[in-house]
Amino acid sequence: MSVATEFKPKIVAFCCNWCSYAGADLAGSSRLAYPADVKIIRVPCSCRVNPMFILRAFEKGADGVILCGCHPGDCHYSTGNFYARRRMTLLFSLLDYLGVEEGRTRVEWVSAAEGVKFSQTMNEFVEKIRSLGENVRLGDLRCKN
Amino acid sequence: MKKIEKVNLPALFAAISEEASLVLPVKNGGMTNFALWSEDADVDLETLKTVKSAKDAFFPQSETLYSVHREEGKLKITRGELMDEDFVLFGVRACDARGFEVLDKVFLSDPVDSFYKARREHGTVVALACHAPEESCFCTTFGIDSAEPGADVDTWMVGEALYWKANTEKGEALTNRLSALLSDADEKAVEEEKANIRGIMEKLPYASLTTEGWGGDAQKEKFESPLWEELYKPCLACGTCTFVCPTCQCYDIKDYSTGEGVQRYRCWDSCMYSDFTMMAHGNNRTSQMQRYRQRFMHKLVYYPANYGGTFSCVGCGRCVEKCPTGLNIVKVMKAFAEKEGK
Amino acid sequence: MQELVNRAKALLADGTVQRVLGWKMGDLAYNPEPAFFENEEALSDFVYNSFCGANLSKYMIEASKKEGKTLVFLKPCDTYSFNQLLKEHRILREKAYIIGVGCTGKISGERIKEAGIRGIIAVEGADAFAPAETLQVKTLYGDREIAYKDAMLERCHVCKGKEHKIYDEIIGESRDTADSDRMEKVREIEAMSPEEKFAFFQNELSRCIRCNACRNVCPACSCRKCVFDSTKFDSAQKANVDSFEEKMFHVIRAFHVAGRCTDCGECSRVCPQNIPLHLFNRKLISDINEFYGEYQAGEDDTTVGPLTAFTTDDIEPSDARERG
Repeated sequence: MSVATEFKPKIVAFCCNWCSYAGADLAGSSRLAYPADVKIIRVPCSCRVNPMFILRAFEKGADGVILCGCHPGDCHYSTGNFYARRRMTLLFSLLDYLGVEEGRTRVEWVSAAEGVKFSQTMNEFVEKIRSLGENVRLGDLRCKN
Repeated sequence: MKKIEKVNLPALFAAISEEASLVLPVKNGGMTNFALWSEDADVDLETLKTVKSAKDAFFPQSETLYSVHREEGKLKITRGELMDEDFVLFGVRACDARGFEVLDKVFLSDPVDSFYKARREHGTVVALACHAPEESCFCTTFGIDSAEPGADVDTWMVGEALYWKANTEKGEALTNRLSALLSDADEKAVEEEKANIRGIMEKLPYASLTTEGWGGDAQKEKFESPLWEELYKPCLACGTCTFVCPTCQCYDIKDYSTGEGVQRYRCWDSCMYSDFTMMAHGNNRTSQMQRYRQRFMHKLVYYPANYGGTFSCVGCGRCVEKCPTGLNIVKVMKAFAEKEGK
Repeated sequence: MQELVNRAKALLADGTVQRVLGWKMGDLAYNPEPAFFENEEALSDFVYNSFCGANLSKYMIEASKKEGKTLVFLKPCDTYSFNQLLKEHRILREKAYIIGVGCTGKISGERIKEAGIRGIIAVEGADAFAPAETLQVKTLYGDREIAYKDAMLERCHVCKGKEHKIYDEIIGESRDTADSDRMEKVREIEAMSPEEKFAFFQNELSRCIRCNACRNVCPACSCRKCVFDSTKFDSAQKANVDSFEEKMFHVIRAFHVAGRCTDCGECSRVCPQNIPLHLFNRKLISDINEFYGEYQAGEDDTTVGPLTAFTTDDIEPSDARERG
């Protein structure tokens, strides 16, 4: 059933509890807009995000996945985001290598005070995914119908 | 007996696929597997053993049985589709052809498996005699004649021609449909080819392998043998042997959540896997030795006990070639024969 | 080879070891199997030839649970895996007596068959210590020849060197068989467009039958229970039901062994569908080397791995992309 409708991307944003989630909160309370296409999943730390989470999100229909954590050096658990950084660097590079379009994954460091950055990042990311269109290379066909 | 020149095979394939989909050995990335024919497919009738057997055509590795959706607050169940179009399975070897009979006994006896039955009814098997049997072959051990597969249609590649002989009604129907491409031929060339193949079969390294000592009555004696403890050790517990096997028929039924609903599908299972026959209370085979034993006991003891003495191995030798650690059913049979002084 | 058997017998006799982990004669020319030998008589079936490609390190996990020491034969590249397993506390050094065996490049029946040689009855020239330049292959259909090099496993063409990284003693000479660039294919793929990359891997992975041989043979895959075997995890695990599943499995598997994979090449050796699985691992190795400095897993049993370490000024994922 292909009805020509405007493409509504599904974006999953993994946000760490201490900085980025609070940043999202601040964006909200400051009345800064970002598209409702972004679904936030709160995690204790960016380091909690297993590569499988990213792939699962794509499997179940996400068109883009972004991971937000505290700025390097500011991790609530001191070093979590340093590990996350290495992991995501390698994972995203591997996904590029498999031919998944580059823009579909992103890491951004957002502090609790950066409501503006949060909103800007999400706006940019959604725009990018809109330009890339629907994710077909990493989705599971079974979830499409 | 009919025949067609080798150069005209593409025309034959095109003619077959006009009214039925055609599945045959196709080379991809250096490996040959059964796949749907298309004009640019790299058809490979030389390779004796496709990596996976031809069993997928009737019993695919995974298939959806039904799916459940939510629709207007109610659950809607959609049945998986039964095969309703004819297809031709071309280039099957004698061992794989016999493998279908092994599967038939399981899936076509009560309760009949409707998915399997539909495929079986719509499929016509065109077998190809083995021009050059290989060292890992031992189909003769199970009474199979690779020179005369006995499928719906048997074919022989002799020199620059493919000889064609229908054996069943289905085979006759296909032959009639293709009559414009097939010409009459005498049996002489084929008789020579058969004699040639049988001559090679006698010279194979496994030619003297026998099933002596195995069968439905050997259950207790074989099950309790201390030999298993020695034999299983290198086993990695991967599923290569089971997934390339033309007769392995165990399957698992699983649910997949699509987010909007559930798809219930079945997929091949492997007795080598730790979750094989897992039930609510746990697993009744808890060690790799037990799982390893299960595979060979099933093929050489349990199956013959259940199905009138037929063995559930056709001697294709795929496990011999593919096991990452060099284990296989022949080594098991030989080890028992040696132990029992036979 | 007799030297290995004699040494094994001596070590069994003087009580240094309780059992021997080596290779046992196969019933065809090319299929020796890994085996434990419990006594001297059993060693009559011992074999060590060019077909003994199997890496025995992983069997040491089981052997480490047994009483007494196990004599294990390790080829130079197997010692990397052994070190890595030691580092991860999966095996015990004091349970192993390691004889580093010389390796002159391993060959396989598959490779010989790929060259179009069928019906292999015997292969001459596959002596592990003194291999021939050209293998004489006796087949059902006449005598054939194949250059030793052409029958070699992929991993031997990018040999890591003839040095054993851990051993108690060494028997036999090794030779470095490298004759091609390990990262050549990785770079070739990196240079492709996303569409080409996608098509390439889609085609390779479409052959995957989910037999899990790559995982089960892998010395780095030593989890007691794999996440893909969990019944609580929504994965097809053993069914090639959707192309996503294959990608998921191979990406996660490669990622889980990132920084721990020694590039022993067992995954590609055992794949029944000949999928070049090492291309995943090598991409990760190549990235690790580029971003975090040269690192060879299993070089020793102490250095902290690249994914369990960090520096405060590591490259950002977005910058890494621009470099790639």
